[in-house]
Amino acid sequence: MTDSRAMALEIRRHAVRMANAGQSSHVGSVLSCADALAVLYSGVLRVDPANPQWDDRDRFILSKGHAGSGIYAALALRGFLDPSVLKTHYQDGSLLSGHVSHKGIPGVEISTGSLGHGLSIGAGMAYAAKLQGKAWRTFVMLSDGECDEGSIWEAVLFAAHHRLDNLVAVVDYNKIQSLAPVSETLELEPFADKWRAFGWSVSQIDGHDHDAMRAAFAALPAVPGRPTCVILDTVKGKGVSFMEHTVLWHYRSPQKQEFADALVELGVEPDAERPS
Amino acid sequence: MRDTFIRTLRSLAEQDPRVLLMTGDLGFGVLTSFAKDLPAQYLNVGVAEQNLTGVACGAALSGHVVFTYSIGNFPTLRCLEQIRNDVCYHGANVKVVAIGGGFSYGSLGISHHATEDIAILRALPGMTVLCPGDLYEAAEATAIAYHTPGPCYLRLDKSAAPQVAGSDDRVVTGVPRRLRAGSTVAIFGVGGVLEDALDAAAALDRDGLSCGVYSVHTIKPLDTQAIAAIVRSSALVVTVEEHTIDGGLGSVVLEACAAEGVWPARLQRFAMKNEFSSVVGSQKYLRERYGLSADALARGIRQAINSTTPQLHNSQ
Repeated sequence: MTDSRAMALEIRRHAVRMANAGQSSHVGSVLSCADALAVLYSGVLRVDPANPQWDDRDRFILSKGHAGSGIYAALALRGFLDPSVLKTHYQDGSLLSGHVSHKGIPGVEISTGSLGHGLSIGAGMAYAAKLQGKAWRTFVMLSDGECDEGSIWEAVLFAAHHRLDNLVAVVDYNKIQSLAPVSETLELEPFADKWRAFGWSVSQIDGHDHDAMRAAFAALPAVPGRPTCVILDTVKGKGVSFMEHTVLWHYRSPQKQEFADALVELGVEPDAERPS
Repeated sequence: MRDTFIRTLRSLAEQDPRVLLMTGDLGFGVLTSFAKDLPAQYLNVGVAEQNLTGVACGAALSGHVVFTYSIGNFPTLRCLEQIRNDVCYHGANVKVVAIGGGFSYGSLGISHHATEDIAILRALPGMTVLCPGDLYEAAEATAIAYHTPGPCYLRLDKSAAPQVAGSDDRVVTGVPRRLRAGSTVAIFGVGGVLEDALDAAAALDRDGLSCGVYSVHTIKPLDTQAIAAIVRSSALVVTVEEHTIDGGLGSVVLEACAAEGVWPARLQRFAMKNEFSSVVGSQKYLRERYGLSADALARGIRQAINSTTPQLHNSQ
């Protein structure tokens, strides 16, 4: 699938289905980054579904591991996984854990789930690529709440110091974290300025505007010698009106009528799927 | 031990450009020549152990063999979750090196006492745990860490047992190395405190009590059959460690016995209780204070062997 908008819609549908079937959390966090995942997997990332371990592939790390269903869906749509495997998400005996796991799942680079790990690993990969003279890039997707973790800022310091312009941090800035809005929990603003002050090249764009994201990812590094941070202004729960901008849908899983309503909003015919 | 480690690592790194040494801003004077002569293979990440371990993992998963270096609990407990989730779960080729096992930095306070690290690190799936007791073992353990794929923990002591005549001349992963032959008592030790174990054994031998001393340089994986064979033929089994009693060498030896279905005729474990030392001092002083000096060991072993009720003893 190469049409990013169609892919984003399919990721959202899959995410809602997986949250319903698994009675799992974090659907709002997946919906907020579905557009970015679609843009990345529909043309930005140099990856090969036929050869997931291709040496020269771009590395993508979902550091906000709780959006696992989003990357599973993206990988299925990109041809890394049989889409039927998505039905096993969160189920007994499944490899598709709620937080993303790499074991037995082609295309997943790193298992995450504890926040604040991915950027350091990505920085290590980018550092190694520089040492080895390799052209592949490393992309790390972070959540905003994740930036409460001190280890993120250790990695931010490191990447700038070592001029890792082959490293891209993509921040899903939906402004709502686990229990409350970011601004009421631990204020990140002035967020972009913080990254800039640490020596990164920073842009802040609409995380649901595919053209804007494609443009931001088209010319990397944005500034030679500097790591790139793309802050995506997003809406938590984007695409399902009653999930948007709410803390509730960080944890709630759509059941019965909510599930049917969510799918209708995502363009699935009523009664096409029986809610569980 | 750290000089032996760095000398060995340097020779490995000269042969293999995949080898990287990453420090968390520690190793003054020790890492200098490595850094100067192999700059592309050396990286001071700064005072940031979580990032150190994450970066090491990322580099390892990109084809490198990465040694992370710091002192005491910094490269281990400070970043334990990075070691667990990132290094161990991914089977990354990261070798965590801590200089300062036990009371090596005894005067610096409890932040610098590495006295629970063996128990904690050995609990991690896939982790090889190496604790050399003398300089020869330090060199061999460094090579073993390099040659063993996947995560390793290398616990280096400031002190080291002397090289003694009659010791086994090979270090085999997982197999306790005999430092001194003896028939009645088997003393298993880990790390530099083996110097006290050897002194105690020599003193007891002079009294006519034959003591064998074994360095358990590999805590994990462990050849349980090798442990069991020694236990079976000994009237008293002794463990000695600069570590708390929960989950360290004493536990390891008993677990090996349980796995092999043997039981020591008598047992004496010398370790710290499950406590912190709020008192500071040299390694020698703290060994005396916690009953791990050669004198204390010899005394405790005499008591255990002469006890009229053959039962299991713990020190303290």
